[in-house]
Amino acid sequence: MAGVTLRNVVKRYGDVEAVRGINLDIADEEFVVLVGPSGCGKSTTLRMIAGLEDISDGDIAIDGDVVNDVPPKDRDIAMVFQNYALYPHMTVAENMSFGLRLKRYPKAEIKSRVDEAARILDIRELLDRKPKALSGGQRQRVAMGRAIVRNPKVFLFDEPLSNLDAKLRVQMRTEIKKVHLKVRTTTVYVTHDQVEAMTLADRVVVMNHGLIEQIGPPNELYHHPRTRFVAGFIGSPAMNFIPVQLLATDGGLDLFITGSIVLPVPPARVERYKGFAGQAGLVLGLRPEHITETSAAMDPGVAPFAMTLDVIEPMGNETLVYFTIGGDTMCGRVSPNAGAADGQPMRLAANLNHMHLIDAAGMVL
Amino acid sequence: MTAATTMSDKGAPRRKTAYGSMSRDRTWALRWSYFFLVIFAAFFLLPPIYMFITSLKTSAEISAATNPWWVYNPTLSNYVELLTKPEYLVFFRNSVVVSTFVVTITMLISIPAAFALSRMRFWGSATLATGVFLTYLVPDTLLFIPLFKMFAVFHEWTGIQMLNRWWVLLVVYPTLTVPFCTWIMIGYFASIPKELDEAAIIDGASWFQTLTRIFIPVALPGIIAATIFAFTVSWAQFLYPLAFTTSVDQLVLPVGIITTLIRGDVFAWGQIMTGALLGALPPLIIYAFLMDYYIAGLTAGATKG
Repeated sequence: MAGVTLRNVVKRYGDVEAVRGINLDIADEEFVVLVGPSGCGKSTTLRMIAGLEDISDGDIAIDGDVVNDVPPKDRDIAMVFQNYALYPHMTVAENMSFGLRLKRYPKAEIKSRVDEAARILDIRELLDRKPKALSGGQRQRVAMGRAIVRNPKVFLFDEPLSNLDAKLRVQMRTEIKKVHLKVRTTTVYVTHDQVEAMTLADRVVVMNHGLIEQIGPPNELYHHPRTRFVAGFIGSPAMNFIPVQLLATDGGLDLFITGSIVLPVPPARVERYKGFAGQAGLVLGLRPEHITETSAAMDPGVAPFAMTLDVIEPMGNETLVYFTIGGDTMCGRVSPNAGAADGQPMRLAANLNHMHLIDAAGMVL
Repeated sequence: MTAATTMSDKGAPRRKTAYGSMSRDRTWALRWSYFFLVIFAAFFLLPPIYMFITSLKTSAEISAATNPWWVYNPTLSNYVELLTKPEYLVFFRNSVVVSTFVVTITMLISIPAAFALSRMRFWGSATLATGVFLTYLVPDTLLFIPLFKMFAVFHEWTGIQMLNRWWVLLVVYPTLTVPFCTWIMIGYFASIPKELDEAAIIDGASWFQTLTRIFIPVALPGIIAATIFAFTVSWAQFLYPLAFTTSVDQLVLPVGIITTLIRGDVFAWGQIMTGALLGALPPLIIYAFLMDYYIAGLTAGATKG
């Protein structure tokens, strides 16, 4: 077990920079998830840690040793691929023991390690089967088993759940977390699914255009995003963004959205935002759960406004309401008993205590 | 009672039998398939049947004006004569030895070459792969004269005589088989997901171990296809042995039959047919054994599927 360190790591393909100088310190036993949209450089970063891609610039260290020129087999890592990459001509047991057999481990040791991994993953009855006789979830377990038996310093996961159907994905997500709690191996996990990132990670690394946007524990990213990209990427349904003007009033600030919607900035935030009054290109960010139905006793900082709903989506435990302000579709989450209906007017309340103000450069102020 | 039942049935979905059905379309597709299959089977099977019929006839009956599709006095004399003739057995042995060696040599060159060209991206590998295929496009009828000249020059320089030696075929046949086999295996290797060798590399396999322990077993159907091809080419090759070998003890089967069983304008038809039929047996047996293997997809289950 070991930590992983990335220092100014760059990956260039010809003139294109896929990874543009990233720094990351992953602690021993930590579960770090790299998340971002397609082409953000997350998979490339993982493959550079694995040694499957050369590093154009910078340093990667595993357990304190720089491994830039160390071949994958000597890095003491194990990787789980999106399409499982099981050897089709070998049984499950042979698949799992392939690496150990190449390293000429004693037979008894191989057997005990395979049995132990099979026990952890609950695939003992599958050991004699070929991959083609397994379901998707079982194949994914075998791929994880192949990683576990090696007892490596670092686990690398490259979108391991993307090929599974939605229900199995949720189940395997829990499995991966359980396995990590059991074996406690440092893990770097790549996904484009922010829910996977939030649920699995000790720390999430949000990447965009080859750069790290923000690193932090899931809740910190959710509640305190540093950029508009992170604010919009983390959370589902996504955060609402709407252009606003920040107007100074007597001892306070107003968010001027449209002629009919002017919301007061909560007093606690006035000090933080007052320097930006009148600045152009400001955007208000507000999560759907902070747009709710009005209630009799409203907290300070919660501002009511009237809207005509476009459509509603009843989810059972809550109802998602969609409406349009100035061409932008907004989403709110109201109680299923709040009386929301398609095309009907409704009074909503914006909880501005949780607002985010974003400047023209996309930075959260 | 009946009226009520009829009424309630009105809500049930109606069947519009006027439209064509799936099974009817399928029936017609099958009829057409069988129609063409029968035509093709007749087209391809009649010649060997004719050969077989002729091989059972005496020379007198072959030249007699009787129904050529019927044997009136069947005899095995052609088979007996041919199989007791030492030359024919020598031809057969030469063919077996040459084909076995050529297949081995071809595989030893083609498999690593295809692996290198499809997986180890190095400078000029794409050009080289195309070059391999272009080599195959040059017909052997164009090559045998320059090759002949090369062997003659080689003899002048080194004193090693290559012409009229059966083993010269081990040098010339691979020029036909290696490019094509390499080409089909590049295609086959390319269909193996890249993650499979990456997984092997992370598991600690060297390039050579990746090839022998992952690629060759997984690509076995492709390798068998290439083996069948290489065997067929070297077994049936006619022009090169005709040009490069002349002594009776150096000849392979196709050339041997022609040179020994046709004397001037006298054709020993019965024996020619017998020889050709017996010569066609080994490829037939090999096809029969390897076809199942060839068709079976071994890659099933490697990745999501």
